[in-house]
Formats: sequence, structure tokens, C-alpha cells
Amino acid sequence: MAELAIELIGVNKHFGEVHANKDISFGIRKGSIHGIIGENGAGKSTLMSILYGYYQADSGAIKINGKEQRIRSSQDAIAKGIGMVHQHFMLVDPFTVLENIVLGAEEGISLESSLAAARRHLAELNRDYGLQVDPDAVVGELGVGSQQRVEILKALYRGADVLILDEPTAVLTPQEADDLFRILRLLKQQGKTVILITHKLREVLDITDTVTVMRAGEIVGQVNTAEVNKEDLADLMVGRKVNLQLDKTPAKPGKLVLEVNGLNLTDERGVALLKDINFSLRAGEIVGIAGVSGNGQSELLEVLSGMREASSGSVRFNGTELTTLKSRDPKAAAYRQLGIGHVPEDRSREGLVKDFSTFENAILGHHHDKSIRRGWLFNRKAIVERCRRFITEFDVRPALTHRRIGLFSGGNQQKVILAREIHANPELMLIGQPTRGVDIGAIEFIHKRLMQLRDEGKALLLVSVELDEIMALSDRIIVMNAGAISGELPAAEATATSLGLLMGGHK
Amino acid sequence: MSQPANLPRWAALWLMPVLNLLAALLVSGLVIALIGEDPIECLKLMINGAFGYPEGIGYTLFYTTSFIFTGLAVAAAFHAGLFNIGGEGQMYLAGLGVTLVCLQFGGLPAWLLIPLAMLAAMVFGAGWAFIPAYLQAKRGSHIVVTTIMFNFIASSLMTWLLVDKLRMPGSQTPATVEFAKSAWVPMLHELLAPLGFALPNTPLNATFFLALLALVLFYLAVWHSPQGFVTRTVGLNEKAARYAGIPVDKVVIAVMCVSGALAGLAAINELLGSTHRMNMGFTNGIGFVGIAVALMGRNHPVGILLSALLFGALTQGGLDLSFEKPAITREMIIFTQGLIILFCGALENLFQTPLSIALKRILKK
Repeated sequence: MAELAIELIGVNKHFGEVHANKDISFGIRKGSIHGIIGENGAGKSTLMSILYGYYQADSGAIKINGKEQRIRSSQDAIAKGIGMVHQHFMLVDPFTVLENIVLGAEEGISLESSLAAARRHLAELNRDYGLQVDPDAVVGELGVGSQQRVEILKALYRGADVLILDEPTAVLTPQEADDLFRILRLLKQQGKTVILITHKLREVLDITDTVTVMRAGEIVGQVNTAEVNKEDLADLMVGRKVNLQLDKTPAKPGKLVLEVNGLNLTDERGVALLKDINFSLRAGEIVGIAGVSGNGQSELLEVLSGMREASSGSVRFNGTELTTLKSRDPKAAAYRQLGIGHVPEDRSREGLVKDFSTFENAILGHHHDKSIRRGWLFNRKAIVERCRRFITEFDVRPALTHRRIGLFSGGNQQKVILAREIHANPELMLIGQPTRGVDIGAIEFIHKRLMQLRDEGKALLLVSVELDEIMALSDRIIVMNAGAISGELPAAEATATSLGLLMGGHK
Repeated sequence: MSQPANLPRWAALWLMPVLNLLAALLVSGLVIALIGEDPIECLKLMINGAFGYPEGIGYTLFYTTSFIFTGLAVAAAFHAGLFNIGGEGQMYLAGLGVTLVCLQFGGLPAWLLIPLAMLAAMVFGAGWAFIPAYLQAKRGSHIVVTTIMFNFIASSLMTWLLVDKLRMPGSQTPATVEFAKSAWVPMLHELLAPLGFALPNTPLNATFFLALLALVLFYLAVWHSPQGFVTRTVGLNEKAARYAGIPVDKVVIAVMCVSGALAGLAAINELLGSTHRMNMGFTNGIGFVGIAVALMGRNHPVGILLSALLFGALTQGGLDLSFEKPAITREMIIFTQGLIILFCGALENLFQTPLSIALKRILKK
């Protein structure tokens, strides 16, 4: 048995009534890559926050290199050799790489001497781990992949022996992810220990040596990666048999529903966010828009749903020109009237009012419906009744119409939004990140429902950063890079590699 | 990064405000003891002054009426995520509307003149709120700042008008002439006398019922109407409002106008219910107390009714107290009001954690 870098013994953590971590005990071998997987709310993040000193465990012990330690703060964790790369980078954009790395770890009296020392140290790290980061580059001008490497360098510079990465590939193209994995393997060879938190099963199988599977705050599996497959892990995570394969029948595209021609969007500072977008969408098909997050997909959805005005170009929906549509209400309301449904990308900040109850959220955007009125007031009964139908039809749990929606899990929130938008029977459905932060069980359900919608003859425009999702659902795939369409191909011909190249802007 | 303690709903709704109130009274008691008076005796005098005899009750309810309107005004704006500090100025301007109507159309019968004056109060109050609202919605000027400044503008404007334009001829005081009798809102004791109830002579008038009606309408509008739904959506999540196709700037302007109109109705209680003329500074801080009323009442009509009653009692009981005990000045009463605002508003969650721990222990047993 090899030496353990980290050992957790009977760790417990409560938040009020919620038992976020129950008797967590496991060890991570020195010089290994260890995956921690689980659905949202399974307790992964809480556990890592305990390890990194953000939270204190209620009970239990942590051993680092065989010695029991108390980690009181993140500074404490760093001092004990634990580093963390957050999903959202903690970098100062206008600073250079070197300045970012030294920030908070300055030594000596003057900044110059500190920077000079850091430069030497950094050169060694760059060489040892093949990170290839220019110390004088301005961080804000670097790509996302490079910024992530700066984060890794920051941790290594502070002497991390154990590196925790939280969903590191969420913002990367497949190629950038491969690059990251190459670096992680190098780190492993040099004797570092890597902990990878993720919900992508493919990555876990690709790179980890051992995996801990968590569900509802507990450990439900401890396995050697070599001995399991994707289905095993999914079943462990969800706690029942999961069907990852989607039965997709060939699409039967009908009439032209949406036609986008020469669409441009420039923000008030003059930055071009959408550049000459052209595509069309027919009834009965799903067009997926792939791309690394932040390449114009969000803006495209905003323009098509009426939340934002295009700068130029034309959008025709069933023959009606939308960009010059005259209406008393805001465009978002007018488009909805015409038959465009919208499941927004940022579910909790756009699609819902967290402090509203389920039934109130069930009518958001549809609050003018005559059927839920009685005189100048709402017909509360009719609204609750409608909400109850949504809950039954979409299997929302818990089935409570008066509970605050913020208290539901991401998957159940998404089901409420989906139910609401489908209820209006739109001809065109815009769907952003349908399964972001949604647990596997609900993903299965949502995907099936979207396919059903397609088969009913609706046109679906799907934006997602999950390539697997795009490939599984779409009939055609459009790839966006830097605000422009970098390629379009039938889903049957798409592979992760071909899409990845287009996502990176290579035509 | 610790989770906020969870209190049961009933405790958060009822127990917390009572605890906060007791804390404020305790501190006031300490200060009263410091200046050499007996706090228990003072408290008794105050409660007796507010509720102990029919006249006291009449005055308490009269003050309560104004506080309900200004409290509702603040609460209405709050549901749209706006902090209307300008109730004082809006009420003052509403007084101008009332005065103009009453002086211009004094010959009209009461059934026409009083509703007309009410309309004027609401229109002028709404108008004074409209300008900051427009600036907020279209130009992004912060409504807190603009409404505060509009209080000062209102005050200066009204001083000028009352001194130079509206002052009763030949009088030294900056006040208008008395309004025609047909503009007087019936007093409660007059209304109830034919039914055989002998009430003492107090300024409590029919506006009180209007205030109660406003509370009910407010509840229906906020929680049961599409307009209220839209307002709360804007207040809780502006991005979601845009997603839902809600015209956020129109909602902001409309809600502020409703808020100003509600503040304006407080002027009816004061001018047509009591003084029957407009004096300089007749608003006397009522608009500001509305902020405290709404804060303490958690922007809910039931809470607003109770906290308006509390502040009404505090005003009336305080006046009685300072009459009995010259050492307790009017400033002392304002100090107590301030403490209540401090504990119920700023230090709202002071007792949350200890209370939730204590409750958990008690409930487990």
C-alpha cells in the first residue's frame, strides 16, 4: 500500500437541517489522480471546501501525509501544501502572469526583488511541468486555457503538493481539455497528487486512477478507474439504472420556421459580439449550437428571444420580420406572443424568481394569459391548478406548489421552466444549457422531452457547452467561435475532434 | 461563510419584531433612568396616554391613519425594489393639491369636493414621485438620492408658496385660510353620534376607514393581481423581469406614482380631517415615520397596520408623557422612535441566531 497524501476519517458537516457530508472516510494515494464525482448537491464541493479550509468539519479528522492536521483557513491549507484551482478563476486581468502569481505571496522588502525571485522559480516550474506560460503576458489577454494554467502555476508556486481542480474543463474546448490532462499527468509523474471534481464521466475514465462517487452527502462507491465503465459510474451516482443512450429517430424537417440573415450585434463600446450570423431552422428538427462558453451563443439567444436588439441583419420567424417588429410591449413579450418559447441559459438569474413560489414561477412571462384571470385579479386557483399539472407531467419533486422555487434542485427548477414554456405551445423553442447543473436522472428526462417536442413538429434551437449533449440531441450542429459561425455540419458527421477544432476557430 | 440560522416562519414573523421592540424599549428605559425618571412609571403613563381613555385612543388612531398611508407608500415602492424616501415631500405637495382644489372649488357640495380633493392629493403626490421615478428609469439616477433631495425642494417650494402666495391675508402665520365646511371629512364622533355612540371630540375622522380599505386593496394588488406580480418580479429579479417581457422602466415609474399617491392620501387625513387648512410643515415627519412603519411591518398590510398603530401610540402616548413629565421632552420620544427603527430595521437580525438556537433546544424537548 502506497503512502497516502490525504486521508479523511469520519468527516461530518451539517448546514442547519441538511447533512451535507455524512461520515466521509477515504484516502488518496500520493502521486495519483483521484476523481470525485456526484450529482449536484451530492456534497463534493462541501467536502473540498473543508479540505481547503473554507469550512470546518463538525466532526472527523484530516490527515495530510499521515499526520493529523486542522485546516482553519485557505491560507492554512496552502501552508500545508494544498492548492485549489477554482471553476471561476481568481485572477487580476490587467496584471501580468508574474504579478498574478506573486500576488499575496510577496517576499522580501521590495516588489522588484520579489518579482525577480519569482521569475526564476517560475521558469523552473514552467520547465518541470511543461506549462508554457509567458510570465510577462497580461492575464486578461490570455485564452481561458492559459488562464487556467496560471491558476495551476499559482498553486504550485505556493508549494502545493496536492492540487484540487473544481470542474476544470467546464470552460475548455476538447483540445484545451486534452492539454490540461497532459499537464495533470506530468504533475502526477513528478509526484504531485491531483484531486479532480467533475460531473463528466468521460473525463473521470480518461485520466483518474481512483474514483470516489458521492450521493446525497455519502460515499456510495470507491473504485479503481480501470475496473469500471461509464454506465457503472452513472448508476452509482444516481442510485438506479440510467439510460445514457438516447433513442434518436431520423428527423423529418418540415417548413422553414426561423431564418437568420447577416445578423450583427455590437455592444456600446463597439465590440462586435455577433458577426454576420446566417442560418435557418425548420419545424421538426433540432439545431445545436456548440462552442466554448462566451463565444456569442448567449448573445444570439438574447437577440432571438427579444431580450436584446440586434445592430443589423434580419431575423424572420414564420415569415414575420422580428427585428423591425412594432409592439407596445417589450420585444421579449411580443416574440413570446408570436410563438417563441425560451428556456434561458442562466436559469436561476433569468428564468426564475427564486423568492417566488413554484406556482408564481409557473406563470412568469405568461402572466397575461386570460385563463388565469378573474376580473382585474389573478385566479389563484387556476394558477395553482396549472402548476400542479406541470408538477405531475414533469415529475417535479417535491410536488409542492407553494414552496419557494429557490429551494428546489437545479433539475427540478429546470423542469418547471420547461413545463411553463412548453405549455404555451410555441412553434420555436430556444433552449440554453438545458442540463447545466442538472442531475443525471433529470437530464435523461429533459432530453427525452426535447426529442418528443421535436417529433411533435416544433423547431428547437439548442445552445449548450456540453458537446455530448449537442451531439446526442441535434440533427444539425452549428459551431460558434468569437461571435461568428465557424462551421456547420450534420450531427451524424460530427465528432468531438471535428467540433473541437471548429470551436477553437480552425476552419 | 456560515449559513444563516433558520427560524420557523411564525417566529421570524412575530417573535423577532416583538424582541426587537422590547430591546428598543429597554434601551430607552435605561436612558430615562439615567436622566432620573422612573422608566416603568413612564411606560405606564405612555400606554395610558395612548390607550387608557377614549380621547387618547381617538388621537392614537388619528396618527395611525396617516402612518398607514405613508407606510403603504414606502412598502409599495419596496416591492418593486425601490426605496422611496420622499414620502414627506410627496405628502407636502399633495397638501398643495388639496389646498388648490379646496380654495378653488369651495362652493361644491361635499360629496363632490372631497373626492376631488382626494384625487388632487393623489395626483400631486404621484406627480412629485414621478420626476425621481422618471430619472431613475430613464437616466439611472438613484431614487434614494433623488427622493431625498425632492423632500428639500418640496419644503422650499411650499415655504415660498405659503409665505408669499397662499398665506391668509392679514395673518402673520404661514397658513392658508380655513377651507369651506363642505371640504371637511366627517369626524368619527359626528358620524357615530346619530347611531347613539357618544365619542369624545378627537380629530379621528372617516379617512381612517379609507386607510383600512387601502390596506385591503394593497394586499390584493400586491399578491393577487398581475400588476403586483409584475412589480414583485421587478423588485426581486430584474433580469427575470426582462426575460418575462416586463417593461421594467414603465413598472418603476408606475409603482413610484402609486407610492406617491398613497403618501398623498396622508395629507387628506391631516388637512381635511383635522386642521382644515394648510400650515407650513404640516407633514411634521409623517413621511419619514412611514419608512419605519414599512420596515417594521415587513411591507405587509397586517404588519403595517400593527406598526402604524405602534407609532401612532408612541406619538400620542409620548405627547401625554411629556405633558406629565417635563423632563421627558418631545426629543426623548423621537429618540425612542429612532431606537425602534434602529432595532427593527438596521439590527433586524440581531437576535436571529441566539433565538434559533434557543428555539431548537426548546422544541426538541
